[in-house]
Amino acid sequence: MANKFTGIGSESKQLATWYFTFAAILLGAQLVFGLVAAIQYVMPGFLFELLDFSVARMLHINALVVWMVFAMFGSVYYLLPDETGIETVGIKVGKLLYWIFVAAIVVVVLVYLFIQVGPATETSIWFIHEGREYIEAPRWADWGIVVVALGFVGNLFLTGMKGNRSGIVTVLMADMIAFAGLYLAGMFFTDNITLDQYWWWWVIHLWVEATWEVFVGSIAAYGLIQMIGASRKVVEMWLWIEVAMLFGSGILGIGHHYFWIGTPEYWWEIGALFSALEPLPLVAMFIHVMYDWGKQQGKKVAGGSDESVVANKPAFVWFWMNAFGNFLGAGIWGFFHTLPQVNLYTHGTQFTSAHGHLAFFGAYATILIGMFYLAVQGSNGIKVLKHTKASIWSISLMVGGMLGMTMALTIAGYVQVLVSRAQMGATWAGYFDGQQGMWFAQAMDWRLIMGVVMFLGFALLAKDLLTTGKNPVHER
Amino acid sequence: MAKISVWSDNRFWQRSAAWITGFAAVLLIWLTFDTAGQIAMGTDADLQAGVTKRVPGPTVINYKITYEMSTKRGHEVPVIGEKEMFFGRDDYSEEEAGALLHLGKLGSQTKNCMNCHTLLGNGAYYAPDLTKAWLDPAWQDGGTMQAMTGKSTKEEAMAEFLQHPSTYPTHSRMMPDLGITPEEAKGLVAFLKHMSSIDTNGFPRNFGRMQGAVNGK
Repeated sequence: MANKFTGIGSESKQLATWYFTFAAILLGAQLVFGLVAAIQYVMPGFLFELLDFSVARMLHINALVVWMVFAMFGSVYYLLPDETGIETVGIKVGKLLYWIFVAAIVVVVLVYLFIQVGPATETSIWFIHEGREYIEAPRWADWGIVVVALGFVGNLFLTGMKGNRSGIVTVLMADMIAFAGLYLAGMFFTDNITLDQYWWWWVIHLWVEATWEVFVGSIAAYGLIQMIGASRKVVEMWLWIEVAMLFGSGILGIGHHYFWIGTPEYWWEIGALFSALEPLPLVAMFIHVMYDWGKQQGKKVAGGSDESVVANKPAFVWFWMNAFGNFLGAGIWGFFHTLPQVNLYTHGTQFTSAHGHLAFFGAYATILIGMFYLAVQGSNGIKVLKHTKASIWSISLMVGGMLGMTMALTIAGYVQVLVSRAQMGATWAGYFDGQQGMWFAQAMDWRLIMGVVMFLGFALLAKDLLTTGKNPVHER
Repeated sequence: MAKISVWSDNRFWQRSAAWITGFAAVLLIWLTFDTAGQIAMGTDADLQAGVTKRVPGPTVINYKITYEMSTKRGHEVPVIGEKEMFFGRDDYSEEEAGALLHLGKLGSQTKNCMNCHTLLGNGAYYAPDLTKAWLDPAWQDGGTMQAMTGKSTKEEAMAEFLQHPSTYPTHSRMMPDLGITPEEAKGLVAFLKHMSSIDTNGFPRNFGRMQGAVNGK
């Protein structure tokens, strides 16, 4: 069955490419500020009291969250016309909201960069930043995000109700309203740090270990139908099973963040049990991709053809990397330290950082980059999008760089766990004993080197995304 | 076509997904009500009556806090002991202590502590964990950090360091000057003292128990 990439002329797809473009720019910013922070581990005097670690790191992780949200909104706008068979309802409002969103982010970034910190007042919380990891955006921007998200969810719902509401669209409708609604849990101030972190995790955990994962399941389902012509019936059945498994394990898996923040002991058992189950759906998702690929290719071979079923090579590799990377980064690296007996020592060490890097990359960055490639194919009317040298090199360098950083951070984490925590009892002096260890220092050198490798990969990715659409190697 | 298994039926899996998600969400909300009750901040009356709260009230700054092994719980727990001077007073009212904690919590966010340090183990890993910083041996009488600032109490030493961190470098990796005022520093120290009194189920383990040789001593 021929894939239909009749994207040209669709306003929804045009808006999607805007979202993807800004997302890719923010991905570049994320890597730049990540490199600054990585250099500071190796050379602590670098940009000291000019662009301190706290500022670089805030920009690093905020750019991460925002580029992914942009790419997710873009992905939904991209697939809606294909799934529903109609143009997205309210697309004009969608485009207006896009520019409001971009403008707000530019202002927030400039304030982060040039104001950095304010006095200990509510005004600073409203206009500079909230100082809460991942959701630092100042309160005024929070409300802006709520308005933009409401507009986005509104467009999705109106389109889903008017057009053909496929299983994928149904899952997305339920998932995106939860995704947007959860943000409200992170929008208040309290003097009680335990209560603060309790609700903060509702946003962070229920995003990245529940609603975002279900989003990935939906996008993977859409991608398999588009790229290899997988059967919708099979793909959507898997999707529902994945939703059951992801929400069934992920919602109560939030307990693994409630071991040590002042919350009751029963979260040990709940968190351990449900978060230990969290890797299962990720295994299922990987098997699903491999199964569908094998099945579709097998059918084609049985029909006497030796051609690949894959209609977009780079996108498919990124989707495959997602299926595997989600399992490896979120599943394995997460499971390593999810039991309270282990987490007592690993909590708040570079171990978490190793997991965070590989999981965000494996579970989200990969598939969203895959969506960038689907958009390049669609907006250039390409039938089969092939690899270029740049696409192959960018995948290799980015994946290799990320795996290298993860290994380095894991080793650094071990040093920290053994020296600073188990041996020295987590004090100020114990912390620096760990940081000054030779293996820790070497790990930080390697992390920086691998970060540079990753950045080179990104440069090639940007080049490929900008140029491959006009490349004559593709089948049109 | 009448004999298709329910296990390959999309409607069946759709309903299963809805029921499982609903059940998990309801359970989380129910547990949230229970937890919210248990982590609500205590009062001054609780402290005076010796009622143990997971998160004590702000007037905990009037008391000495230690971190001791509990044989019953199998790990260390914060113990609130006798009265103790904090910036020369041990009679902060609920309003005064609450105002200090409020200022300190605001400061902890506006100064972006969490993007270098960890608080309750959450944050960045560029600087030491602050969960039990108040109890750190380095700040106690005779500790290296207190000695360095030339102050005679731990709270004054911490406040001095917070206002002029790069004047007191302990490592090549230094804390930057964040424009912290004397009043903000006092609030931040109150916030740190309060945080150290939170029952964190034994995190961090063995805090301050082991001390390696520092500078040949």
